[in-house]
Amino acid sequence: MTKYIDQGKNDTRSGYGEAMTELGRTNPNVVALCADLIGSLKIQPFIDENPERFFQIGIAEANMMGIAAGLTIGGKIPFASTFANFATGRVYDQIRQSIAYSGKNVKICASHAGVTLGEDGATHQILEDIGMMKMLPGMTVINPCDFNQTKAATLAIAEHEGPVYLRFGRPKVANFTPVDQKFEIGKALMLSEGTDVTIIATGHLVWEALIAAERLEEQGISAEVINFHTIKPFDEEALLKSVKKTGCVVSAEEHNFLGGLGESVARTLTVHNPVPQEFVATQDTFGESGTPEQLMEKYGLNNKAIEKAVLKVLKRK
Amino acid sequence: MAKLDELQDIVVQTRRDILRMVHKVNSGHPGGSLGCTEFLVALYNEAMDLKEGFDMDGKDEDLFFLSNGHISPVFYSVLARKGYFPVEELNTFRLLNSRLQGHPTTHEGLPGIRVASGSLGQGMSVAIGAALGKKLNGDDKLVYSLHGDGELQEGQNWEAIMYAAGNKVDNLISTVDRNGQQIDGPTEEILPLGNLKEKFEVFGWDVLEVAEGNNLEAIVNALKEAKSRTGKGKPVCIILDTMMGNGVDFMMHTHAWHGKAPSDEQLENALGQNPETLGDY
Repeated sequence: MTKYIDQGKNDTRSGYGEAMTELGRTNPNVVALCADLIGSLKIQPFIDENPERFFQIGIAEANMMGIAAGLTIGGKIPFASTFANFATGRVYDQIRQSIAYSGKNVKICASHAGVTLGEDGATHQILEDIGMMKMLPGMTVINPCDFNQTKAATLAIAEHEGPVYLRFGRPKVANFTPVDQKFEIGKALMLSEGTDVTIIATGHLVWEALIAAERLEEQGISAEVINFHTIKPFDEEALLKSVKKTGCVVSAEEHNFLGGLGESVARTLTVHNPVPQEFVATQDTFGESGTPEQLMEKYGLNNKAIEKAVLKVLKRK
Repeated sequence: MAKLDELQDIVVQTRRDILRMVHKVNSGHPGGSLGCTEFLVALYNEAMDLKEGFDMDGKDEDLFFLSNGHISPVFYSVLARKGYFPVEELNTFRLLNSRLQGHPTTHEGLPGIRVASGSLGQGMSVAIGAALGKKLNGDDKLVYSLHGDGELQEGQNWEAIMYAAGNKVDNLISTVDRNGQQIDGPTEEILPLGNLKEKFEVFGWDVLEVAEGNNLEAIVNALKEAKSRTGKGKPVCIILDTMMGNGVDFMMHTHAWHGKAPSDEQLENALGQNPETLGDY
């Protein structure tokens, strides 16, 4: 299988921050909004260089989404950022009416998604955001896998006309995608070809999928690993082409199995080519306090869980 | 300045449009629409500095956001009579495949609309965003918004009210339609709003109260005064005391016509009180 090297662990939110700094220099229409979380979102350099293009909204996410919608009128491209929990569930109706239904060019940039936010616990660990966002007509949903890809995705969405939900996280995770890989919205990336099983992963579980694939290879199992950084629009072609070869799928994401990437996979398979699928995802539960590693282990979100799911799905072929 | 009697002709015709629109589909919100007719007619035909035609960005012209989207009938009529789209299209209000949805939306591309509203409490935030955009663009035109008084029960408004004052959004004039009524009854019985003027002032707004919110001259003067108070470091609020159902005697002094259409006989009676001025659509 294709080998990938971790260039050094880094947090995806820093990829967002670095891209914002770059956008501040290259795109005069980009403006940034934040709800009292500048440090967490790593946007201080953008603010230092473009103070007039930064809006500190305070702890008022509903107002932030409305102001972002209003800023598009007149041609600005607002990047509204906060924790994923407060960027989605807390303000679902504001996003629905003022942004999605109104077709506003707002980029909702959400850090600290999922259980790997860690010790803060379930109040802050949203596992339902992908589902909520992908159900909104016209919303693009992106969950990049590492620092480099988060940076590339942030740059790419500035060029995309329409509302976007960009999801990333808190912990430092393996950084393995090429530094200057162009980000194509809606185009899944083949990472390693295989013949026995397809692993469809998103976010930092892509790295876990690669580790699992290596261990499976030692057992004589050839796993194909595809990075689905974009959940909507969903790259049906990439999935269907792969399962035609492998005949079974494991989906992997840091999200509830209801409403997430796995469900988009399942829907596509049901309509076009029903084959066995196993879900690596949380099982309709809230998270809890703990370290990211502990939580990934307990909630079945690491490479071991992916390996186990592959062995299970192979038996169902 | 448009003469008051010209504005009055538009007001009467707008009332007829509202009544006929909601009657035709036996749905919609005539009460609040009639209560804000004088205000919106004066705003669009006297106060606002508007360009010809419509584009979403609205640079170098004043912008308006309707937050209480359920009074769409008056908004649609005022926009159509101002020339944003053909008045005949008022015939399609709330019908399948219409651009005139039950609540205003950009989704069908109706000229004059810049954001969807209907789910309450969101319009002031959007208006603030547009006002901030104008400042960034070096555009010295103003942003107006309209809100129901009952709508102020939604918490997002107070986030917006706090933000606008704290950040000196002084190119914004937000009007509160204080008709004292909401679906379940008088606002003071459902959830009292208290002293709105003091509330806005203590948040840092410059506030004007207009006791005669259905008097065209009072409204025109208030809008002029409000405009003169912009650019001075504070957002401006107009609290407009209006009468729901104004201009139709049996629709006044009650909240019963919030979301109810008149019967055939009631329509005839109401239109009789408002003879055609500019021609029905």
